[in-house]
Amino acid sequence: MEKKEGKLKKHDGVTITDLPGIYSLSPYTLEEVVARNYLIHERPDAILNIIDGTNLERNLYLTTQLTELGIPVVVAINMMDVVKKNGDRINIEELSKALGCKVAEISALKGTGIMEAAEMAIDAAQNGKTVPMHTFSGAVEHAIAHIEEAAVHNKPEEQQRWYAIKIFERDDKVLEQVGLDAATLSHIEADIKAAEEELDDDAESIITNERYVYIGELIKRCYRKKSAGKLSASDKIDRVVTNRWLGLPIFAAVMFLVYYVAMITVGAAATDWANDGLFGDGWHLFGIGTAAYEETSDEYTAAMQAAGAFTGLDAEAEDFDGAAALAELKAFVPAADSAVVGVEDEETLAINELTAYYDVIPEDADEEATVPVTYLEAVNYLEENGFEEPDPADFGVWIPGIPVLIGNGLEAAGAADWLSGLINDGIVAGVGAVLGFVPQMLVLFLLLAFLESCGYMARIAFVLDRVFRKFGLSGKSFIPMLIGTGCGVPGIMASRTIENERDRRMTIMTTTFIPCGAKVPFIAMIAGAIFGGSAWVATSAYFIGMAAIILSGIMLKKTKMFSGDPAPFVMELPAYHWPTAGNVLRSMWERGWSFIKKAGTIILLSTIVVWFTTYFGFVDGTFRMLSEEEIDCSILAAVGGVIAWIFKPLGWGNWQAAVASITGLVAKENIVGTMGILYGGGDGTVYQTLAAAFTGITGYSFLVFNLLCAPCFAAIGAIRREMNSARWTWFAIGYQCLFAYAISLMIYQFGSVFTGGMNVIGLIAAAAVLAAMLYMLFRPYKEAATLTRKVQKS
Amino acid sequence: MKTLRQVNVGDTAKVVKLHGEGAVKRRIMDMGITKGVEVYVRKVAPLGDPIEVTVRGYELSIRKADAEMIEIV
Repeated sequence: MEKKEGKLKKHDGVTITDLPGIYSLSPYTLEEVVARNYLIHERPDAILNIIDGTNLERNLYLTTQLTELGIPVVVAINMMDVVKKNGDRINIEELSKALGCKVAEISALKGTGIMEAAEMAIDAAQNGKTVPMHTFSGAVEHAIAHIEEAAVHNKPEEQQRWYAIKIFERDDKVLEQVGLDAATLSHIEADIKAAEEELDDDAESIITNERYVYIGELIKRCYRKKSAGKLSASDKIDRVVTNRWLGLPIFAAVMFLVYYVAMITVGAAATDWANDGLFGDGWHLFGIGTAAYEETSDEYTAAMQAAGAFTGLDAEAEDFDGAAALAELKAFVPAADSAVVGVEDEETLAINELTAYYDVIPEDADEEATVPVTYLEAVNYLEENGFEEPDPADFGVWIPGIPVLIGNGLEAAGAADWLSGLINDGIVAGVGAVLGFVPQMLVLFLLLAFLESCGYMARIAFVLDRVFRKFGLSGKSFIPMLIGTGCGVPGIMASRTIENERDRRMTIMTTTFIPCGAKVPFIAMIAGAIFGGSAWVATSAYFIGMAAIILSGIMLKKTKMFSGDPAPFVMELPAYHWPTAGNVLRSMWERGWSFIKKAGTIILLSTIVVWFTTYFGFVDGTFRMLSEEEIDCSILAAVGGVIAWIFKPLGWGNWQAAVASITGLVAKENIVGTMGILYGGGDGTVYQTLAAAFTGITGYSFLVFNLLCAPCFAAIGAIRREMNSARWTWFAIGYQCLFAYAISLMIYQFGSVFTGGMNVIGLIAAAAVLAAMLYMLFRPYKEAATLTRKVQKS
Repeated sequence: MKTLRQVNVGDTAKVVKLHGEGAVKRRIMDMGITKGVEVYVRKVAPLGDPIEVTVRGYELSIRKADAEMIEIV
């Protein structure tokens, strides 16, 4: 829960605190308790109560409560431009008199009256006094008078009425704070009971009722509505958008658009640029030269593949001699008119076999599995262009990436290997990992800010509530999870749109269960190496992700951490309106910036730590920096060896798998690279070695653990940012790891029963975990009726 | 007892009494559904729950289970 503070322009010493938006000062929701604790404990000099002029009746309800606090109140009626456009009239003077405080007219959209309202608040803070003008019915006033006399006479005079009303309402938070003795309590209780009997309702409801009755009369006096019964534009939009039949298709279309723009088109282009360009080798300014480079690069790759298929040409060999190689290629006489070449996929390390033809590519050749040039064409190409790989810097306007620039600078300065490693592989890579997400995130935040301020976000919750509430989530949790299929970091950040803290925390904790884009190469690797490329591995990964969310939602909402926070879903559906560019952009920037600021440190530090432990270690008794291939001597490998036993019950208790899981914390796609180094270098390919090292069951257990356990550091940073609490961040990460461990344990132990090699102790442990989980899923649970969670005093 | 849950879409009902207790009841009342107020049921969500009502000139979404606590005539 956040309060924002700021200084008022042109007025020294005036601090404005923005409290969470609330409907009432009840003791039940977290926002309301936070706001009212601030008001009664910090006692600001004045309250500026901004209310919606198009929805005066409901908004004045909070005003009647604020005026009782004994703090000067100024009411600013917002959206006056809309009120006037509708031809409605508000009698400001009469309203001011009836509320007992000053009233200003403003329009945040048009920017009118805001400074005047702020100045009225300053004036009120210095000289003003707000006395509530509304009174309750006789029996209630009688009881309140008694309470004031018996219980709160030691409070300052202007605060007595507020306390007395709260005690009359039997507000548990206030009763706890005031701490009355039993005798006084029973004396007061008699008065309350008498009023309740006379008015045939409970005390809390009596007060609420009478406030609305007072406001109802007030509205009759002060508010003239021009058009009644005519459908507004907002009504017409809503008729279509949340229509019984069109509602879901429209929702699907909007979600598709959000995902398509944020994650695929603009988002992916921006992320690629940030990761591969700005924080990679470099990029072509405005894309000039990119197409020409790619064409040449493709030609070169194809020529090398065709030549390699027939002759085994290796241009990367150390004693490679271009002229001799060319002569050899020319002299080559083929034994058959086609040959096969294995091409390694950069992302998944899978070896794909392509067929190359000597002089003619047959017309019925499978395009996917054929080298696009013939051997003869390839030799011609290589004769003309040489064996040198095309350099993107030779095309268009090439701007080198930051690591290249810094690397060159370090080389020129003669920096030591470890220093340039630290700077480039540790710090710059870490900063890149933070900033690489920002462009995509800004695009996403822009869309979310638009959906929120135009009013559609509330409708998403309305449309999806039925599905999500069963798992302790909000309908608004859908967007973070959808975005999470692309990348968990913006997914977690998207949870900001969920107002209810409990739903938001639950969403943050479960969003990264959905396999993100970076986990896809890893899934493909396991599927390819261990399951013969079976498609069900990837499909099952998504189902496991969804099942993990559902199971976690049901289990967690019954835990102590979540159950003490009632979340009544009685939600305002605001009128649709066109948002202002300024508001949308400000919201986008605030969220993007807070990610950089708050998540950045964690991501940077952990990247450096993992870099250090990966590239340093003891070789033959001396501690030194290692090359990439020497990872088995690294500190990380030693750590992996020490913790590997933890994963024994999961079926993959070897240090290689443990190390790969740790490097996966930097970025999940790193698992593939690490596995490539750790399982490569032998006689067979990486995939063959992997297939020998894992069985189907252990491979699947390894896959599931890495899908569900703690996400990458960037996502952990985002969790830290959004939870805004170290304790909750640890709880989330701990829960995810524990859950991943439990599921993998069950997969391995129960799986082993069917494949032989059953372990009795392991099976008992897995059965115990299963029983515990079933208990947590099905134990009875009742939604809390009061807020039992401790609210930190501001 | 007739409750808000049974009101057809497009109909208006007058609230007689609120049942239940604690957070949900208070929240419903805080949002303006109090004794004597007229509630117009605008629509049902595409999945059948919650419902959207108009009360005191604005739109409110409320779950059917909670609407059952609102007695009407």
